Amino acid sequence: MTARVRRWGSVALALGMAGGLLVAGAGAASGSGQSITLYSGQHVQTTEALVAAFEKKTGITVNTRYDDEDVFVDQILAEGTHSPADVFYTENSPPLEELAAKGLLAPVAPSTLAHTPARYNSPDGKWVGVSARVSVLVYNTSLLKPSQLPTSAMDLAEPKWRGKIALAGAETDFQPIVTTVARTYGDAAALKWLEALKANATSHIYPDNETIADEVNRGQVALGIINQYYWYRERAEVGASNMHSKIAYFAPRDVGYVLDVSGAGILRSSTHQAAAQKFLAFLTSAQGQTIIAHSESYEYPIASGVTRTGETPFSELQPNPVTIAELGTGAEAIKLLQEAQLL
Amino acid sequence: MTSVADAPAGHVPPASSRRHPRAVRRHAPPLLVLGALAVSIAVVLPLVFLVIEAVQVGWATLSSLLFRGLTAQLLWNTVSLTVVVTFLCAVVGTLTAWFVERTNVPGRRIWAVLVVIPLGIPDFVVSFGWRAIFPSFGGFWAATLVMTVAVYPLVFLPVAASLRNADPAQEEVARSLGLGRLETFWRVTVGQARLAILGGAVLVGLVVLAEFGAFEILGFQTLTTEIYTEFTVGFNDPAACAFSLILVVLGGLLLLGEGSLRGGGRGARVGGGVARQLRPVQLGRARLVVLAGVGLLVAVALGVPVGAVVYLMVDGGASTMPPASLIGAAGNTFVYSASAGVLATAAALPIALLSIRYPRRGVRLLERSNMLVLGVPGLVIALAFTYLTEHFLAGFLYQTPLLLAVTYAVMFFPLAVVSVRAAVARSPVGLEEVGRSLGVTRRKVFWRVTLPLIGPGLAAAFCLVFLESATELTATLVLHPTNVQTLATQFWAYQTDLAYSQAAPYAGVIMLIAAVPSYVLGRWFDRLPARAAAAQAPGPAPGTMVSL
Repeated sequence: MTARVRRWGSVALALGMAGGLLVAGAGAASGSGQSITLYSGQHVQTTEALVAAFEKKTGITVNTRYDDEDVFVDQILAEGTHSPADVFYTENSPPLEELAAKGLLAPVAPSTLAHTPARYNSPDGKWVGVSARVSVLVYNTSLLKPSQLPTSAMDLAEPKWRGKIALAGAETDFQPIVTTVARTYGDAAALKWLEALKANATSHIYPDNETIADEVNRGQVALGIINQYYWYRERAEVGASNMHSKIAYFAPRDVGYVLDVSGAGILRSSTHQAAAQKFLAFLTSAQGQTIIAHSESYEYPIASGVTRTGETPFSELQPNPVTIAELGTGAEAIKLLQEAQLL
Repeated sequence: MTSVADAPAGHVPPASSRRHPRAVRRHAPPLLVLGALAVSIAVVLPLVFLVIEAVQVGWATLSSLLFRGLTAQLLWNTVSLTVVVTFLCAVVGTLTAWFVERTNVPGRRIWAVLVVIPLGIPDFVVSFGWRAIFPSFGGFWAATLVMTVAVYPLVFLPVAASLRNADPAQEEVARSLGLGRLETFWRVTVGQARLAILGGAVLVGLVVLAEFGAFEILGFQTLTTEIYTEFTVGFNDPAACAFSLILVVLGGLLLLGEGSLRGGGRGARVGGGVARQLRPVQLGRARLVVLAGVGLLVAVALGVPVGAVVYLMVDGGASTMPPASLIGAAGNTFVYSASAGVLATAAALPIALLSIRYPRRGVRLLERSNMLVLGVPGLVIALAFTYLTEHFLAGFLYQTPLLLAVTYAVMFFPLAVVSVRAAVARSPVGLEEVGRSLGVTRRKVFWRVTLPLIGPGLAAAFCLVFLESATELTATLVLHPTNVQTLATQFWAYQTDLAYSQAAPYAGVIMLIAAVPSYVLGRWFDRLPARAAAAQAPGPAPGTMVSL
């Protein structure tokens, strides 16, 4: 019996040690120097390259968390005034607009806002535009010829695309297109369009753009709408020789030809405002933008006059003139997507 | 009865069923009640958060989101899948447990370990593996297959444990009284394991309700995938809250169903009986068929994900993702999951003791309410704890290892309760009474009699919570300490970026880490009768071996 007591004693000891370890972990503060916490919904590659360069330049430590940008919005709302986040960096403007609308973002320094053309910034200076992507068609080259491609996103509602189109209704990147369609043709027409798209997509409803790019490339489905950089990333992952898909642009200013701006803002609750401002200034500086121009996320730099090579030049793009303010928080698009039973 | 002299603590008088009414009349120790209440409050907190959300949203918005075509479709998908998977898991888990525990199927010990390991493989890895082999794999039956082979161990483990602890003589008596093999299996074996089967089936049902990753990859829409979608496209979306409430109601119905099925199940308990080396059922020619069946199960449940991971490691293509520390992530996963396992197991003890030893309506309700949390998606629970630490602790403990471990423990608490409860139900209270009558204090009795008796159940509870925590992702992404990666978060980072070759080793290590407790669990259970047989060479077996 004493052996048994000893055994359970050791279990209790282990329990105590585990508890102690956890509490020690709870109490451990970050290092002595200055540090900020970054919530990043952006791609890991780009974020890590930017963070590393920023840390080297300023000596400020950046603690980064990654998750879906919309989950981060819910999280930041739940975290309230004690949010550990100092900077929120996203792939799209709606999450930042949502936090700005709730009064949770601090104004960005005017000198930083000046790095980026005003039309890519928060309309009221609450966040700064960092990079951009554009929505395109991706099509499988053995299933479709370029001449067969639609020139407008509206054409995809035609019955001839039944079973041929992939759709990611739940993908954040799809919402700006829905908003643009609704702004141009009205809510009723947008809803009809979505319902037709859903019917045409049949079983090819996917969770995200990565999956669309992959399934189209593998020939599971003929075409889909994605942001251009997913195709470049797919090519980098699988190798150019394994690419069986290409990207194509809609007609200039088409509702499916939409520019998405990735941006960053500072939490009003942040206790490291100065360091956070430095980080935003860095993201939009020539150095930060050059990192984005060469990063493997294949986005377009939009600030400090830096350009990207190897893709259609940014200046030659002819996207729909929809504005950041018009894209808003995406609430309108979400409502339509819910009515179309895509959400 | 020399065994009584050898080990008085192990003997249970046949009249033990009489203690039932006596147990009801006894007062529960206040400390036990307090402990159970405190644990229950912590576990029910996320549900409170949901209700707060719902009230803020208002009925008008909720009803417009709830009563539409999509809800009906999601409800149908969710319910039909849950029913089919639960049934299949009950059948597969029970049969496998019986084959491994009670028959002479070749390689029993190896199978006993191998059939548990699938539980430790993240469901998203399983789906991922299937899709790597069959690109168009998806839909209802794909989801059914993936879930069944991923979670049937939730039935296997408690059933195997209860068969091992049950009195094998009953089967022999049944056979000697002229019952056929099938009838014996159905009336005696299944009867003995009934509580365990029901308990395991409820866990399966709840886990399927809350499953996300697998269905996301398979493109099968359920209420839970929809909740995540609502969270990841809308902001603090009322719809997510509305759908979560439906899930809670479904979970409640499931528990009610189990409660009514369980009914007088307690009467079927036959004390500890005499556990001893059982002469395995001779399968005869069926041996090969059973062997093939178990082999096929392991091949499907284990072979597909392992094969896919190995293939991707070898031939996954290039990646642009930065490398990360595999060992560091593995260490973090281990510490967090093990802590969660210890916490949940310790917390389950008062609830299990109370519900078995002092069964009253209030106690039953308390225990049931603790089960609901398993049906709530991880992301909802994580956001609930975020909200609660902000509002009541001013952000203290947020994104610390402690809160993460507590969150895991809460999420998977029902797994611990079921295992511990089954063990407590199987440990004869008479032994404690003998101890007390011999003048030993209640505390000493607990340490020297109760704990050793329920040891295997505690180990099972720890392992289950450990396995599930190690593979948890969505709550981890919200609550893990900043700058600290776990195997699951790192797998996610690579997988969402299509960096499969880099994701694969993380999936591999998750499986390895999961294999350890599975192996220990299998071995531990497997050693019991051998040890017992050695301890009491001549004469019939005393019950002490139940206590290890």
